[in-house]
Amino acid sequence: MADPMLQVREAEVRFGELRAVRAVDLDLAAGERLALLGPSGCGKSSLLRAIAGLEPLAAGSIFVDGEPIGHLPPERRPFGLMFQDHALFPHRTVGQNVEFGLRMDGVDPAPRTARVGELLELVGLAGFERRAVTTLSGGEAQRVALARALAPGPQVLLLDEPLGSLDRHLRDRLIGELPEVLDATGTAAIHVTHDHDEAFALGDRVGVMEGGRLHQTGPPGEVWAAPRSLTVARVLGHTNVVDGPDGVVVWRPDAATVVNADEADTVEAVVERVHFRGVDHDVRLRTTDGRSLRFVLAAAPALGERVHLRIDPARVIRFGD
Amino acid sequence: MNQRARIGRRAIGGAVLVVVPAVFIAVFFGYPIATVLWRGLGGGGGETFLDLAESSRQRDIVWFTLWQAVASTALTLVVGLPAASIVARLPPRRQRLVRALVTVPFVLPTVLVAGAFTEVFAVTGLDEGALRLRHTVWAILIAHVFFNYAVVVRTVGAFWSGLDHRMEEAARSLGATAWAAFREVTLPRLRPAIASAAAIVFLFSFTSFGVVLILGGPRRATLETEIYRQAVTRTDLETAAALAVVQLVAVLALVVVSTRLERRRPIVGRGARLSRRAASPVWRWVNLGIGFVLLGGPIGVLMERSFSTGDGYGFDHYRALAERAPQLPAPATTALANSIVFAVTATAMAVLVGLLASLVVVHGRRGLARVFDLGLTLPLGTSAVTIGFGMLIALDEPPLDLRTSWWIIPIAHALVGVPFVVRTMVPVLRAIDPALHEAAGVLGASPARARREIDLPIGLRGLVVGAGFAFAVSLGEFGATSFLPRRPENLTAPVALFRLLSTPGDLLRGQAMALAVVLMVLVAAAVLVIESARGSDEGVF
Repeated sequence: MADPMLQVREAEVRFGELRAVRAVDLDLAAGERLALLGPSGCGKSSLLRAIAGLEPLAAGSIFVDGEPIGHLPPERRPFGLMFQDHALFPHRTVGQNVEFGLRMDGVDPAPRTARVGELLELVGLAGFERRAVTTLSGGEAQRVALARALAPGPQVLLLDEPLGSLDRHLRDRLIGELPEVLDATGTAAIHVTHDHDEAFALGDRVGVMEGGRLHQTGPPGEVWAAPRSLTVARVLGHTNVVDGPDGVVVWRPDAATVVNADEADTVEAVVERVHFRGVDHDVRLRTTDGRSLRFVLAAAPALGERVHLRIDPARVIRFGD
Repeated sequence: MNQRARIGRRAIGGAVLVVVPAVFIAVFFGYPIATVLWRGLGGGGGETFLDLAESSRQRDIVWFTLWQAVASTALTLVVGLPAASIVARLPPRRQRLVRALVTVPFVLPTVLVAGAFTEVFAVTGLDEGALRLRHTVWAILIAHVFFNYAVVVRTVGAFWSGLDHRMEEAARSLGATAWAAFREVTLPRLRPAIASAAAIVFLFSFTSFGVVLILGGPRRATLETEIYRQAVTRTDLETAAALAVVQLVAVLALVVVSTRLERRRPIVGRGARLSRRAASPVWRWVNLGIGFVLLGGPIGVLMERSFSTGDGYGFDHYRALAERAPQLPAPATTALANSIVFAVTATAMAVLVGLLASLVVVHGRRGLARVFDLGLTLPLGTSAVTIGFGMLIALDEPPLDLRTSWWIIPIAHALVGVPFVVRTMVPVLRAIDPALHEAAGVLGASPARARREIDLPIGLRGLVVGAGFAFAVSLGEFGATSFLPRRPENLTAPVALFRLLSTPGDLLRGQAMALAVVLMVLVAAAVLVIESARGSDEGVF
């Protein structure tokens, strides 16, 4: 990787005694998208706010293009931020919201208006300039927030669970559109979320956070297939934790196939719940020794049926030590 | 711009924010009050605070001040709470209408109301005989209910309509009668609103001046009227100062207790208001009737009297306002014009000081914010008489010899108006989502710029409400003004009204009533502005 545009080193955020973010290192290349994934309270939002300058760093430093920026107030940092509940200015129209950052930068009215129109068109809201923000639907407000954050041309867009408040249909659509808009403007992004589907869809790389630490970063497929620790595996949604002869391992949800009872080395389990998902089934089972498992199976076994499962060793996650 | 210049400018902006209100309050409130304390505690020689305790007359005055305030508060709650229960169940639009209507009496000049009640007693024959109300405690109590009805209806009514109605429904479904559900479920949740309304009513009754002076007659004295009598009629400044100290201590104790009570107020979630059953018609009409007679009666009589010419109706009394009565240094119309100019000037000052102070209260460092919050509430609690008296005795030497200056009146009025501006602005500013400031910051606005871009436009509505109150208060201000020098160019409408009313005989009565009506129309206009600018749920007063 070329020299990263954004570097965070040993970042720490404290709220009184609580260390919300501990010794986080993070790199972001120009135009790259990083998804920070973690359960609520893991410190991912605090890290994002510290990068934006809204929380002070208790320790550590932040560099943009090699220059330290940790001492700058938020308004002098080259970042845009999209808030969880949009934080649109209720007393201003859509157009006035979008042009706010441009006005702060001292851009003249004529180019300002042009830029606002351009951005609204980019997010699919052409002609919305004079609408009151209080009349917008959730999805529209989301797009206005995106246009507003992008208008001043930030080097990095920081997104704090911006899709959390939307219904599923709308979310799926925006997950598809967001990367297109970011690519069109060439903006790098850090996207904070607790939803692994969202993280995998939006990040070129995924960073897994838990307990204030950034445990692992890498391409989504790699991180999912090879979590470095049980903690990371759990955050990624892995539930089949098995205490086997070679220590604790995790069976991926795609590791099992139903086989005949006479095959060797199978796991015997009773089907407890079957969830039809279209192409496949999300199946919950209980082994004879009382362990709960969850697999994705192509064919649905009957409820209460006793099945024999073969576990593919290539799809078993083992941890280093 | 380089960073140092930016920081420099920000520091200057912050300093202006703090210094302007701080200096205003310190010079025109703190210093006069400190002077009163110094003189009252014996700093000027002569009779002191301690000597007062030995005088039985003064002890009686303290006792009367206290018990009439308690009685006024109790009576206002008895009359106002049922009305609040009805207002709480009205649809929002009608709720606003009722709130606007009851607010007019609340901001009416005290002298005007006292005059109206005197007239009511005369018309109904209650000024003499066995049922005499004139110059009795009852006259004072009824007038206090008239004023403070709005406090109870607004504070408790708004709070009540915000309560989650499903809790009463749950109680009813568990077998409680309507009364039991009210007693067990509604009343305990209303307690904080009732307590804060009661505290305000008590404070206003305790420091009531014009009403007691006019309706109580020569023999009824409270601390307020006694300070006035000692200072203005007997020119015994030391005794007046000693009384003012007693007054200050009592009010301070009250403010401390009531803020304690308010801090205990639980956070109440906005409830779902799915089912809102209307009150029973009988209950509704009885209360409507009481409110109508209580608030509408005196106002109606006032209007009728102002047009009555003895042998019919006409505008004679209104025409007479333009001519100078022998009791006044200038015609009543001049007094009205003076009052409007004073009110505009005082409102401008109150808005400036109040706005800056509100920003400090909301955004300042915690210690500073606390000091400002308390320092700006004190003038509201301190009686107007004490403020006027303090200015009279403190601002009499260069470089602050303002006693003969025209400016002393708008300054005194602004002082009374500032707390109203602060009290309406602070909740509006506090309700602004901090994420908006952060969003502005990330988009490149400095903290000062963010305040200008967000707080100012959003707070504007609150500012209009505060300005309306400041304007109405200034128009009707009597307590403080009555201490300040009497010169033709300083004559205000309430002072002119007081002089006309205290003239024996019927000759000037009609003219007084006409002046009162004009004053009332002006105040009602200010209330209209307040109510149209106010959102549906804000309401501190």
